[in-house]
Amino acid sequence: MSGEKETPERTAVPADAAYERALKAFEGRPATTGGTGKDPVNEPMIRHWCEAMGDAHPAYRGPDATAPPTMLQAWTMGGLAGHQGRAAGAHDALFALLDGAGYTAVVATDCEQEYLRPLRPGDAISYDSVIESVSARKTTKLGTGHFVTTRTDVRANGELAGTHRFRILKYAPAARRGPTERDAGGPSRAKRPRPVVNRDNAGFWDGVAAHKLLIQRCGGCGRLRLPWLPGCNGCGAAEWDTVEASGAGTVFSYVVMHHPPFPAFSASEGATGAAGPYAVGLIELAEGVRMVSNVVGVPYDRVRIGMPVRLEFLRVDEELVLPVFRAGDDPAAGADPAAGAGGEG
Amino acid sequence: MTTDAARDADGTTAPHPGQELAPLTLPVTRTLIVAGALASRDYQDVHHDAEAAREKGSPDVFMNILTTNGLVGRYLTDRLGPRCVLRRLAIRLGAPNYPGDTMVLSGTVTAVDGDVVEVRVVGANGLGHHVTGTATVQLGTAAR
Repeated sequence: MSGEKETPERTAVPADAAYERALKAFEGRPATTGGTGKDPVNEPMIRHWCEAMGDAHPAYRGPDATAPPTMLQAWTMGGLAGHQGRAAGAHDALFALLDGAGYTAVVATDCEQEYLRPLRPGDAISYDSVIESVSARKTTKLGTGHFVTTRTDVRANGELAGTHRFRILKYAPAARRGPTERDAGGPSRAKRPRPVVNRDNAGFWDGVAAHKLLIQRCGGCGRLRLPWLPGCNGCGAAEWDTVEASGAGTVFSYVVMHHPPFPAFSASEGATGAAGPYAVGLIELAEGVRMVSNVVGVPYDRVRIGMPVRLEFLRVDEELVLPVFRAGDDPAAGADPAAGAGGEG
Repeated sequence: MTTDAARDADGTTAPHPGQELAPLTLPVTRTLIVAGALASRDYQDVHHDAEAAREKGSPDVFMNILTTNGLVGRYLTDRLGPRCVLRRLAIRLGAPNYPGDTMVLSGTVTAVDGDVVEVRVVGANGLGHHVTGTATVQLGTAAR
């Protein structure tokens, strides 16, 4: 049989040494002491087992029947009700420690059994088990977790009848998004990212909050600049003032964002929230500077270079207002699919 | 797996190292998975509740290890005769057995000592090796 050793694997996150020490401290501790089988070995359970497995071995039937040896563990199982009244032991404490770290799922990986004497109907089952080992953290296809190996001695009427070594993986399931999380992409759930406001651009965002689009104007050479910067990239002067944009502009270029879906961006204007493609426009303002924002009022696939747009302010949520650009009722809008050669940015 | 295996397993030749046991093909039905889980008194929801299994990252319910163990035990005694007794069985699980798959159990005798044989067992499904293991089987005085 494949041995006890597990090949150490690299993990993405450094292991917490104190946590691993706490896990290791469980090695050698009794998991179950004086456990008793809920039922003695009995013919009905043997028959149900053989029916499920399709096992027609003659030794498991008749007046001198024995139980299939591989039933060894079944006689110790707690079943639907579990083992009532058993004092919480090291096994429960270990599982609580693993559950608490997010390793909530369990899967059995190895089972090694030795059968010393056959079990017969009427045999009373008792057992003791010990935690043999707790592995370092491993990353598997199922997820990251720890292997826990226990060894159980199973007795029939007090006589050792078999041993059972069992290895499970306690792991954190690989993330799977539930349907509610996946579908709830409406504006109420998915918020736009917040702008990063600092002393160099605070004036811009103050203007937006007041429904004004403010363009910086260099105090040295008069050059307009957007986005806001601490100094002029033409003459280097640090002085500046602002001019308010008229709000007229045209689509200088654009891209359509298909993937990944960002519900916060695509669910504007009362859309139902389905995350779909959306257009990101590079808008040239009438004043000559350009800025990136959404093009609204037109389907994403009808945005065209040269399309006239008009500034408006979109209240995204209770905290955030953004400047966006609405395509007008220009009859040429979307008339020429071949013109959609935008791709800059 | 060769056709000779079946002849060896069912014929009168004494077991010898390298001998292949005739394979056993088992449809992995949802019923087998659930019946095996309950017969082994394993009520973990991942073995009978598909929705709960999905929440835990599995695409469907999957066979529990006790059923796999029982099926390997059945395969060995089916192939090695009505008088044989299983002394030791060690299995390791790999690819899960999901409903709709088929598992083919095969075995190779790796050692013979008197009437005790060691067998290497593999259970292959559509995803790969569901189970690999080794077994020690006593053939019994009147084996074969």
